[in-house]
Amino acid sequence: MPERKGQYTVTLSGRPTILGYSAVVGKKEGEGPLGRYFDMVFEDTTLGEKTWEKAESALQREAFTRALNKAGISPSQVNYMFAGDLLNQSIASTFGLREFGVPLMGQFGACSTMAQTLALAAIFVDSGAADICAAITSSHFCAAERQFRFPLGYGGQRPPTSQWTATAAGAVIVGFGGNGVKIADVTVGYITDFGINDTNNMGAAMAPAAAETLNAYLIDTGTRPDDYDLIVTGDLGAIGSELFREIMERKSFQLGANYSDCGMMLYDRSRQDVHAGGSGCGCSASVLCSYILSKMTSGELKNVLFIATGALMSPTSSQQGESIPGIAHLCHLVKTE
Amino acid sequence: MEVTSQEYRKLSEKVSPRSPVLKNCIFAFLIGGLICAIGQVVTNLAMESGIELDNARLIGSATLIAASAILTALDVFDSIAKHAGAGTIVPITGFANSIVAPAIEFKTEGLVLGLAANMFKIAGPVLVYGITASIIYGLILNLLNMLK
Repeated sequence: MPERKGQYTVTLSGRPTILGYSAVVGKKEGEGPLGRYFDMVFEDTTLGEKTWEKAESALQREAFTRALNKAGISPSQVNYMFAGDLLNQSIASTFGLREFGVPLMGQFGACSTMAQTLALAAIFVDSGAADICAAITSSHFCAAERQFRFPLGYGGQRPPTSQWTATAAGAVIVGFGGNGVKIADVTVGYITDFGINDTNNMGAAMAPAAAETLNAYLIDTGTRPDDYDLIVTGDLGAIGSELFREIMERKSFQLGANYSDCGMMLYDRSRQDVHAGGSGCGCSASVLCSYILSKMTSGELKNVLFIATGALMSPTSSQQGESIPGIAHLCHLVKTE
Repeated sequence: MEVTSQEYRKLSEKVSPRSPVLKNCIFAFLIGGLICAIGQVVTNLAMESGIELDNARLIGSATLIAASAILTALDVFDSIAKHAGAGTIVPITGFANSIVAPAIEFKTEGLVLGLAANMFKIAGPVLVYGITASIIYGLILNLLNMLK
């Protein structure tokens, strides 16, 4: 049963298990350092679809189908799926997942969606409300660009602080049983806004939220950063992760070599022209559902804090001069022998 | 010690790299200059084949517009613009690109509400303020002439 620990953290005493997981990505992501960990790399970023939105839906469908296959279960066995994305009204999720006939609770957490949906799936399973739940999310560079920035063919220059929206989807199936990776605790973050309003510097906008959530978790559980094999933030990128380290230091938590960021892991910044790193729901989702969960399954990583971060603005709020509120949710993952 | 919002914004500015202004200016100067030179070459060629100056200039502009539109459709324009910056935006090439790019992108939402409605999404503000400015300029010029 889920039990509260401290002010913000929920401990899942039954320790729900990750029964299956899958990450599918686009060409650029496949060419990155994590290329060999993905279940599928689509060389054609349209995925054979007529629109970018349909392409993103296909990504989610593919990720979910593959995760189900790896878990060896059918869609009818899944009690709930929690899914979301960056497109208006979460259409990548609703159109991508409509054929499965699984009860859906749509989620919006911007780029923090993977941690948000995984936390909900784990809490539902641990509470007994469900036997099996799924957490699914995605992003697509081309679909996000046309909604948030400029048409693809427009000839503009991206500032060095900007991040590259990942074309990727991740899906996780949570249930009980088996010897897989387990979800031990979750910490749901609160909205943190330090007044950054540059939409080309999202890492800086989200870093304080990540720091608040990690700080809350460490205080609630009485642990230190050194107690974990890996602490990985969502998609802060080069600038955001530097700021994150700085704020954590001010909170008297020194982060060592065990800290990394999905936005920095997904691409090779020196040769892939992504400026400050990756972003988008699919960024942290695909890194979690490939490299991190693979390394945990094999036992190379045993104790991981996954903190996905989101920037909660819209094109409207940005044009109206509002700052960018950030959010971050944490899932504590463990692998026992 | 906790970080305040004000402190954080300063910190963020410190660690955020700035755009390489000098490099961007040099590239804009070279590529922008090259585009203008191409326009001039086309104009001169037109004049040599016996076309009047005014019409030759129109042919020069039209050639650059057509070239930008084709390069945008071929997904080449943005790769050049990434390095050229203002070098491709300021000449007539930027204007052509800003109309063709959304026209292609929003075609998926239909010919009326997609293509046509979004065609001037980027160029629209330039037209609105450009035309407004030229009217104000014309009025001032006219007033000055009347005072003479």
